[in-house]
Amino acid sequence: MSNQNKTQWETVIGLEIHTQLKTKSKLFAGTNTAYGAEPNTQVSFLEAAIPGTLPVFNEKVLRYAIRFGLAVGAKLIAKESTFDRKNYFYPDSPKAYQITQLNHPIVEHGQLIIEDDKGKEKVIRINRAHIEEDAGKSIHDKYAQYSAIDLNRCGTPLIEIVSEPDLSSAKEAVRYMRSIHTIVTHLGICDGNLQEGSFRCDANVSVRPVGQKELGTRTELKNINSFRFVEKAINIEIKRQIKLIESGGTVTQETRLYDADKNQTRPMRSKEEANDYRYFSDPDLLPVVIDQAYIDNEKQFIPEFPAQKIKRYIMGLALKSDDAKIIANDKELSEYFDAIVQKLKKAKAKIAANLILGEFSALLNANDAKVEDDNITATQFAQLLEALAAGTISHKIAKVVMEKMWATDNTAAQIIDKEGLAQVSDTGELEAIVKEIIKNNPSQFEAYKNGDMKMFNYFVGQVMKQTKGRANPAQVKTLLEEL
Amino acid sequence: MLINRKEVQQIAVLAKLNVSEDEIDTIVTSLDSVVEMINHINEVDTNEVKPMANPMDAVQRLRADEVTETSNKEVLLSMATNADEDYFLVPTVVE
Repeated sequence: MSNQNKTQWETVIGLEIHTQLKTKSKLFAGTNTAYGAEPNTQVSFLEAAIPGTLPVFNEKVLRYAIRFGLAVGAKLIAKESTFDRKNYFYPDSPKAYQITQLNHPIVEHGQLIIEDDKGKEKVIRINRAHIEEDAGKSIHDKYAQYSAIDLNRCGTPLIEIVSEPDLSSAKEAVRYMRSIHTIVTHLGICDGNLQEGSFRCDANVSVRPVGQKELGTRTELKNINSFRFVEKAINIEIKRQIKLIESGGTVTQETRLYDADKNQTRPMRSKEEANDYRYFSDPDLLPVVIDQAYIDNEKQFIPEFPAQKIKRYIMGLALKSDDAKIIANDKELSEYFDAIVQKLKKAKAKIAANLILGEFSALLNANDAKVEDDNITATQFAQLLEALAAGTISHKIAKVVMEKMWATDNTAAQIIDKEGLAQVSDTGELEAIVKEIIKNNPSQFEAYKNGDMKMFNYFVGQVMKQTKGRANPAQVKTLLEEL
Repeated sequence: MLINRKEVQQIAVLAKLNVSEDEIDTIVTSLDSVVEMINHINEVDTNEVKPMANPMDAVQRLRADEVTETSNKEVLLSMATNADEDYFLVPTVVE
């Protein structure tokens, strides 16, 4: 009965992420890798495992893997890496083995910093990232008595990124997965398309009583292809394991599939019998030997990552933390923002962020457009911000100018001039307007004089209405306060 | 004996080999001698020896990332035991 006696459990999770590399051709042959082709039209004799064919390694894959290693600060990028055969029999792999890197992977001992569930920085160690080939696809719903095999995906290059079991909750696992996704997409080595299977995740999950050193028995959840499902699948598996142990059972080390429709995991039968892959080094492939200069040459392709950008935006440009994150995590948006900020003289980056996330994003949505469509160039945007900073226009009018700028070459100055949008800052002119309004609204003015502060805003509103938003709000306030 | 009947049966399953009951004892004997030889190799101290991934004194050639292959669909499907106009067909394998 007592809650104090109830075991507290903690979760240990490690992720294996399969990242399809964005190469034109396959890992070991010049076969097209484009997604969505007619079945079996992108299969060379090599992928079909015709005897006598030999693999030739695609250098782009090597370069991409090195870039990933550099991006996660890998302590080891192997100057000599080798390929091994992982033997298993399945119809989507005609060779009956997968070429992978078991003993000498290209990348080892990297790390990634994520936020834990309390918002603190946490280091997640990456054990390794190795190069391997993808398998074909089996289609089970075409025939009742057959499985139909499409080998187009067979031999597509992957890097499998293996984390240490450093993740402590499903939410952390998702955050880690998103960070890896951000890295590979920003590097441009993977298109990051989860629906098309370019980015897939297996999760190793175990539970143990809080304080216990040894790890509990783990299960492996296979091929989860959305961020949401990763979280759900892990949480449901944690629950299953705890319930099982608490009712006196033990967890079996096995591979399980997540069924999204039923929100449950179930064992995968085929994987259970054949857990012996009989690895050996592939005699068809020689060691891949590179020098330090080769590795260093890839450094030029490593961009600034969102985590670094967020820091720069907050510390250097005084952006609000939330704004910094939204902009930094969107590659196109952050490139646009950076281009604008670079052109600013007096205007503040913070105002640029406000306008981009506010009025500009609204315009994008309304026109169903993307940042990269360049409907407002960075130069136009910067000019608009300068006009705003100089007090030529108000924030409200900035939106109007932006709408007029959309899909035209007109500069902010041209639009302000042509449309007569310049802010009224002439004290004499404003004073006349204010007096006129007071004259027409004597009772409201009386209330204001008697201390009804709501009336203050009423008068500011009236002046804005009269001037079609062109009055300098600060000046209107000063004028009213002086009355 | 370094290897038993059960292990032989398991290896046969993994290798997709049909091994009849009467063959097993012969296979146990021959595999046993192989394992014995391997064990003999294991006795050698290799701590100072650099692992050799390939006996050839050469390194992997690298290929530029270019598409050089065209579709071989008809040829490949015609070689298969069973196929329709688009796919290779195999006995149902469902997870």
